[in-house]
Amino acid sequence: MDSPLKILVADDELPARNRLKEVLQDVSEAVNLSVVAEAGDGLKTIALLNDTAVDIVLLDIRMPGMDGIEVARHAQNLTRPPAVIFTTAFDAYAVRAFELDAVDYLLKPIRRERLQAALEKARARMGTVQPGLERLQQKARSHLSVSERGKILLVAVADILFLRAELKYITIKTARREYLLEESLTNLDQEFGLQFVRIHRSCLVARSAIRGFERVTDDAGDGHWAVMLEGIEEKLAVSRRQQHIIREIKGG
Amino acid sequence: MPPSTLPDFCNLGVMLRVILIVNGLGVLAGVARSPTWPGWWQEFLPIAVFIQPGLLASLLLLCGVRQLLAGRPYREFVFTVFVLEILIGVAIFFGMQKLMPGDTFLSIPAVLAFVTLATSIVLFYLNLRSRAWSPAITEARLQALQARIRPHFLFNSLTAVLSLMRADPRRAERVLEDLADLFRVLMGDNRELVPLQSEFVLCRQYLELEQLRLGDRLKVAWHIDKMPDDALVPPLILQPLLENAVYHGIEPSTETGEININIYRNRDHVYMVLRNPYRGDGASHHQGNKMALNNIRERLALHFDVEASMKSRIVGSQYEVRIAIPYTTRR
Repeated sequence: MDSPLKILVADDELPARNRLKEVLQDVSEAVNLSVVAEAGDGLKTIALLNDTAVDIVLLDIRMPGMDGIEVARHAQNLTRPPAVIFTTAFDAYAVRAFELDAVDYLLKPIRRERLQAALEKARARMGTVQPGLERLQQKARSHLSVSERGKILLVAVADILFLRAELKYITIKTARREYLLEESLTNLDQEFGLQFVRIHRSCLVARSAIRGFERVTDDAGDGHWAVMLEGIEEKLAVSRRQQHIIREIKGG
Repeated sequence: MPPSTLPDFCNLGVMLRVILIVNGLGVLAGVARSPTWPGWWQEFLPIAVFIQPGLLASLLLLCGVRQLLAGRPYREFVFTVFVLEILIGVAIFFGMQKLMPGDTFLSIPAVLAFVTLATSIVLFYLNLRSRAWSPAITEARLQALQARIRPHFLFNSLTAVLSLMRADPRRAERVLEDLADLFRVLMGDNRELVPLQSEFVLCRQYLELEQLRLGDRLKVAWHIDKMPDDALVPPLILQPLLENAVYHGIEPSTETGEININIYRNRDHVYMVLRNPYRGDGASHHQGNKMALNNIRERLALHFDVEASMKSRIVGSQYEVRIAIPYTTRR
């Protein structure tokens, strides 16, 4: 006999979680499963995934704070990512996207037969990374996530001072520490263009962290502009090509 | 062809239009009498002095007469209006002769001609307008403006009912009954004004359904000590606003948020003020909000013309919508 499927239920509405657990109870007559945890919001879901071994997450899309799609993207950073089944009451955009990408989803109210079929399909997918999640994202993420010792570490986008591309990785700098991220700076620039500004081919700076600009002279005697940031001493060089942003930011 | 209906001279919008038309005619008369173009102003002044008391008296009388003539044929109404207007015109003419003896500026034939012409044009215009805005057309527009509930709410509510089925069947029954009431109104014929009390009951039922889903996250404070239960309002004037408040103000946060509703009457207006926490979020949210607000604004205009208003603004961390509706109790 297989070991039971470990399931996490994430939904911000208590009645919805209760109902889902009842239906799971019914399904358990046919599928060996156990609900190991439940969460009422996105951040709690990530915290639980870090501490609990979970095979399948039943994930509501519309949740306060961090939505289900962002949770699923961060969950991919686990050493053994859980299979994700999205649940949604009604979300025309998401449902269309799911159909394109064949990510599994359930419409609420959820039927026993549909749930059972989805669980059996997900069992085959456990531990593999789900492609196409980025395309489901409708708005910029609230957090970036990095994997450290098999766990997900969330970095709130609002805390980030700058992002700098270095060889293979991107360094995330906050007032407290640095993190290494495996993504492309171009994609980050597209996603967070409202909050960040490109000051250099390899560097994005948080607009809200900019304290001012300064003219500095390097050892060779060449002058250039640098950005001063809140909370850190380090000054970042503005490339000649990006100098126009100084006027834009000062101007308003 | 729809039958001609009596214009409501007590309506501020109708009054404003009549004042504009008659004064416009006064300007034309001034231009006609003036030999030179810049001189029209001097000719218009004495005409205006004649027009304003006439307008004031006419509108006051017609506002009263309309109620007396309610239900009578349109022809009788037209006849009464002409008689009244000619009497008013003649009375003001003699009144002015008394005040300013020797002023030969206006003559009886000129006054009669102006009064007849102005009355004809105003009645013709109002009749045309009421046909263009005939009940059939207004109703069609109101039908098109039917408030629509978010499908998201329906399916989540059904899930919530299902969650009660096994544990608390009696409560599940009550919730389904509330849901039925709500959808009866949502799918019903919403062209007639309804008493404020019934809109209030509907809103309370709606918020109880939301409470079931959202639990502690939703707090509701009603301030209705001074609410006039019998005031007539367009149906579904508050419910869509509450739905917006929940969708934009409560659901996006894990913390508790309060929706505050204050309904009161001050002299001849009923005020409804709704506040909810403001979460500065994405543009798509504002889009949905704008649609609901525009819908309500247009329905208010169809029912009350310029006498009703709706304003929304952000006060600190609160989003506020304020509606003012003329206080009426008869249909």
